[in-house]
Amino acid sequence: MPGRNLAALIDIDRLLSDEERAIRDTVADFLSDHVRPNIADWYENAVSPKELAPELGKLGLLGMHLEGYGCAGTSAVAYGLACQELEAVDSGLRSFVSVQGSLSMFSIHHYGSEEQKQEWLPQLAAGDAIGAFGLTEADHGSDPAGMSTRAARDGSDWVLNGSKMWITNGSVADVVTVWARTEAGITGFLVPKGTPGFTARDVPRKLSLRASTTSELAFDNVRLPASAQLPEARGLRAPLGCLSEARFGIIFGAMGAARDSLLATLDYADTRVQFDRPIAGFQLTQEKFADMTLEVVKGMLLALHLGRIKDAGELRPEQVSLGKLNNVREAIKIARTCRTILGGAGITLDYSPMRHANNLESVLTYEGTSEVHTLVIGQALTGLSAYR
Amino acid sequence: MRLGMNIVVLVKQVPDTWAERSLKSSDNTLDRESVDAVINEVDEQAIEAGLRLIEAHGGEVTVLSMGPDRASESIRKALSMGATKGFLISDAALHGACVMQTATVIAKALSTMEWDIVLTGGESTDARLAVLPALLAEATGAAQLTQARKVTVEGSTVSVERVNEAGYSVIQASTPAIISVLEGTNEARYPSFKGIMAAKKKPLQTVNLGDLGIAADEVGLAHATTAVTSFENRPPRQAGAAVKDEGDGGVKIADYLASRKLL
Ligand SMILES: Cc1cc2nc3c(=O)[nH]c(=O)nc-3n(C[C@H](O)[C@H](O)[C@H](O)COP(=O)(O)OP(=O)(O)OC[C@H]3O[C@@H](n4cnc5c(N)ncnc54)[C@H](O)[C@@H]3O)c2cc1C
Repeated sequence: MPGRNLAALIDIDRLLSDEERAIRDTVADFLSDHVRPNIADWYENAVSPKELAPELGKLGLLGMHLEGYGCAGTSAVAYGLACQELEAVDSGLRSFVSVQGSLSMFSIHHYGSEEQKQEWLPQLAAGDAIGAFGLTEADHGSDPAGMSTRAARDGSDWVLNGSKMWITNGSVADVVTVWARTEAGITGFLVPKGTPGFTARDVPRKLSLRASTTSELAFDNVRLPASAQLPEARGLRAPLGCLSEARFGIIFGAMGAARDSLLATLDYADTRVQFDRPIAGFQLTQEKFADMTLEVVKGMLLALHLGRIKDAGELRPEQVSLGKLNNVREAIKIARTCRTILGGAGITLDYSPMRHANNLESVLTYEGTSEVHTLVIGQALTGLSAYR
Repeated sequence: MRLGMNIVVLVKQVPDTWAERSLKSSDNTLDRESVDAVINEVDEQAIEAGLRLIEAHGGEVTVLSMGPDRASESIRKALSMGATKGFLISDAALHGACVMQTATVIAKALSTMEWDIVLTGGESTDARLAVLPALLAEATGAAQLTQARKVTVEGSTVSVERVNEAGYSVIQASTPAIISVLEGTNEARYPSFKGIMAAKKKPLQTVNLGDLGIAADEVGLAHATTAVTSFENRPPRQAGAAVKDEGDGGVKIADYLASRKLL
């Protein structure tokens, strides 16, 4: 029973409240009934799980850590645990939920007008509408301050021009939070699907996050009413605040992918016989398992530690960087090491680790690359910025 | 007249059906420690049936369980699905209780409540006796509607589709009634996060044998009407025989099945 043995070693449940465990177990139950059996096919065929949105909404998963407007209002730790279960199935699914809740809904919840909140949040929470978040551009990734998308006043309207790249849910979204440069600095706008001049095209031939839609958005003289502007968002700090939210979920999520890789591989190594014995019995294999388990326990404890700080309202962005840097880096190492134990069998979609590893390539890069998070930590320690 | 219905759903906490289950060698009773505990699967469908009835007709669903203190987890789950309140009968003296004792204790608990319908799952995955609903009907004098796959209520008349070899028959009774439902009656809902958070604040009453006026020395393993005299663990799985298909795979499989008297 590798699963039970691993859970007993990690033994993290004792640090969780009944409510946190109940939420986590509900997510795990739902996913194992409705998603896990299909995920390898979805990945292979590049199917993004948008049809699941109403089901996820019914559970309360979408924008779960936000208050009011149909959102469940759970703790940050509960949100993290849900991300962990989602990403244990696939990072694409977790990305969908992160973007919906922490980027799209959070940006409206935090920076939107009362009318914008009333209009969008209940349908986004229910999964009846899908949201996206457009900050990155083809020429401006790690340094979004240089963005070239612009919005200019025309009477009381705004006219938006430019393009965004690598936008999760972009072509399936009913509303996109778009960040553009204006005379007053970086400003956020809600752009509904179908607005004239707004088009989306999916990024083809992806080798990672295949069960998630990634799109390029183009804005060609897109006319928006004054009411489309997010009134409380001022400057680049606004989108960066949203990213910090989504990143927090990744700290937990990455450990879900790691745990699932480890479990799949423990199972395999138990039954795979070479040289007349299960490969789980070889010392080299056991060393890999021991090292990976250590990193999973450490990563989960770090995630929970940061979650408790967030629930106390005191989590700093550089602490989020610490968690994202460590947990994604370790998770991708674990997924790759698991693949080695699976041997040739590990290169197919019959086993999850290589799918997780491929997904984690994106996770390593989006929401701030590992290099950028390293520099954030460096700056927090030394007071010196090494960016430019 | 009272508005809506009072429904009691009986829920049993059992060891996870998918796990390696065992008995304890000390007294041949269920080993609850080494396995995760879950709600007996078909009981979730009884909860669902109860919730749908009150959604249609108004009223309350009380979840009743007899079991160790830990069974409160199963009650909480039912509350998070939407049940109104919980009732746990927990007493160390009930360890090893047989089904006859269980029926007596639950009937006693029911006599302290106002109820129109008791819903239960058809059987539990650990004991698999499937007689508790009938025993309860006998003990309470309520109508007995077992093996139901569909439950409808009109006024004080309850109708169920009772599954039989030929298909099903429709049985009606007036409340109060004891109804047991089968696997596949309806898909049980997942608790919502709001439901989980609200469940914490819902009332859960815990009683012991004294509270129910039952003498502790009349129940438990020593007075059980049935006893497990011995048990053996399942033999370890034998290595399977691999059949190599050299164009005659079908014949080889047929021969194998015939040799095991399966054909
Ligand atoms: C699948 C996927 C989904 C995405 N979804 C979204 C989304 O929904 N919304 C959105 O706005 N964006 C999204 N992104 C974009 C993502 O956030 C960017 O890819 C990321 O910020 C990196 O930008 P870049 O790809 O342009 O790489 P670059 O910024 O060009 O970086 C290339 C390399 O240079 C390094 N580098 C850059 N600057 C420095 C420096 N100062 N010092 C050291 N090294 C440096 C980087 O670390 C990296 O290794 C997504 C990306 C992917 C892959």
